[in-house]
Amino acid sequence: MLKDVTLGQYFPGDTLIHRLDPRTKILFVTVYIIALFVAKTWVSYGSLLLILLISIAISKIPLASMLRGLKPLTIIIIFTAVINIFYNGEGRQLFSFWIFTATDAGLIKAGYMLLRITMLILSTFLVTYTTTPMALTDGLELLLNPLKKLKVPVHEFSMMMSIALRFIPTLIEEADKIMNAQKARGADFETGKLTDRAKALLPLLIPLFVSSFRRADELATAMEARCYHGGEGRTRMKKLRLAAADGIVMSFSVFLLAAIITLARFGL
Amino acid sequence: MEPFIRVKDLLFRYEGEEELPPALDGTTLDIHEGSFVAILGRNGSGKSTLAKHFNGILLPQSGSVTVCGMDTKDESKLLEIRRTVGMVFQNPDNQIVASVVEDDVAFAPENLGIPSDEIRRRVDEALKLVDMYEYRRHSPHLLSGGQKQRVAIAGVIAMKPRCIVLDEPTAMLDPQGRREVIDTVTRLCRENGITVILITHHMSEATGTDRVFVMEGGKVVCEGEPQNIFAGVECLKKLGLTVPDTTELIYRLNASGFELGYGALTVSDCAKEIAFALKNKRL
Ligand SMILES: Nc1ncnc2c1ncn2[C@@H]1O[C@H](COP(=O)(O)OP(=O)(O)OP(=O)(O)O)[C@@H](O)[C@H]1O
Ligand SMILES: [Mg+2]
Repeated sequence: MLKDVTLGQYFPGDTLIHRLDPRTKILFVTVYIIALFVAKTWVSYGSLLLILLISIAISKIPLASMLRGLKPLTIIIIFTAVINIFYNGEGRQLFSFWIFTATDAGLIKAGYMLLRITMLILSTFLVTYTTTPMALTDGLELLLNPLKKLKVPVHEFSMMMSIALRFIPTLIEEADKIMNAQKARGADFETGKLTDRAKALLPLLIPLFVSSFRRADELATAMEARCYHGGEGRTRMKKLRLAAADGIVMSFSVFLLAAIITLARFGL
Repeated sequence: MEPFIRVKDLLFRYEGEEELPPALDGTTLDIHEGSFVAILGRNGSGKSTLAKHFNGILLPQSGSVTVCGMDTKDESKLLEIRRTVGMVFQNPDNQIVASVVEDDVAFAPENLGIPSDEIRRRVDEALKLVDMYEYRRHSPHLLSGGQKQRVAIAGVIAMKPRCIVLDEPTAMLDPQGRREVIDTVTRLCRENGITVILITHHMSEATGTDRVFVMEGGKVVCEGEPQNIFAGVECLKKLGLTVPDTTELIYRLNASGFELGYGALTVSDCAKEIAFALKNKRL
């Protein structure tokens, strides 16, 4: 089950999407997410879905890998969608129990919500899959650079993110090891009541927690030994550079946002 | 000649351990530039604590550590000391900071504010030196332990240090990975003139060094060339250490009446020594 966690994973490649500057990708996905929330009807949703599918196709990342990343999030996605069925008071009543009433308008809204969250997650996945964590956090740091004037610790924040991303696979591996060790002694993580399963996780989380602290301590020492002394005076091996393609994509994102807002104005 | 690293009457006690004897209690030693040095000692004898003093991660509470004439207590020299003395730790997973091999190797030079193209050159050079160049775009968590540890060594070499301290770099590796790491550091010392300080529990790794220091209770209790150190088998055993298999064999043979020298540390030298003795005995 832990093997499906793909957050922070990078699929090496040399496609147009891989080569885009991380700043462009971050900006584009931000615009895309805003557009997702502005969109109201199938016309806008359809065009956004089309853009997503084309981008995935260009990136040459198999659709199966994209969808596998969704698996650990299924419960959250379905939960959010189901809540929406009952949330809506308008429309024709379908059925009701206790304080909940389902309407046809609610059902449609839930469908859109399902689509919206799935597309939101897939689009962010596409960015993390096609950008190395280092480039991603560098891009973020540069984008947030103006905030440094307001004494926001931008460098520290981006360093934290890049280390977190770096340690996700290590911690997953470790959790897997601990789980297997517990299973060998008869622990059961997969069956039983939800409360039982939650309880079974405790002996997994505690060792994981303790070892993370030890890791953090050792990592800090190792970073210090390699002359890390904050963001001041630091240079980068891979300088980020905007190319023509970045300009095109950024202009397109402005156009996309304008188009979706206009469509929404006309109720489409 | 002024030694490269001079440690004098070092005293260090960890915070909150006041009732215990200090981790370092009057450690004194000199390390010369370009030499390959091993530090041995049982668990808790203070090896790691000493190692962290070589590049100013820990500072002496009394006594002094001087690197290339720079006192580690001089805060203005701290970065200079850290780029002169690089350090590799036991667990490769906990010292790799980036998700791509070359980005990790670039970490130290980036911290030093070196221009981009110079960093690129250093990273490629360092990765070639440890034989990991083909893996430069790989993700470190998919590498073997020995490979990860060589990436960690490259990450230190990219600073162009004059000395590398390795604190039990092979403790978590299989025999294959262990050989890779030891061969790599031996080459760095012999061919590139980098001073290597190797802390280890594997006696066989200390046989190829120029000088061995044995620690006990926060002090250096004996030092010398590996042949001479390992000849004192009984003394080493008392200090909770094993000796290399070859030395152990000679020790036992001597106990049962042979008179073999302790100079032979490699398997082939040892075999020759025994063969020679057997021939003489028969005559
Ligand atoms: N972070 C720490 N806080 C408190 N005490 C410590 C700390 N690290 C080490 N010590 C103590 O200092 C003493 C020396 O430890 P040190 O780690 O230097 O030994 P070592 O020779 O490296 O041992 P090993 O072979 O197990 O690595 C030990 O008694 C240990 O318990
Ligand atoms: Mg130690």
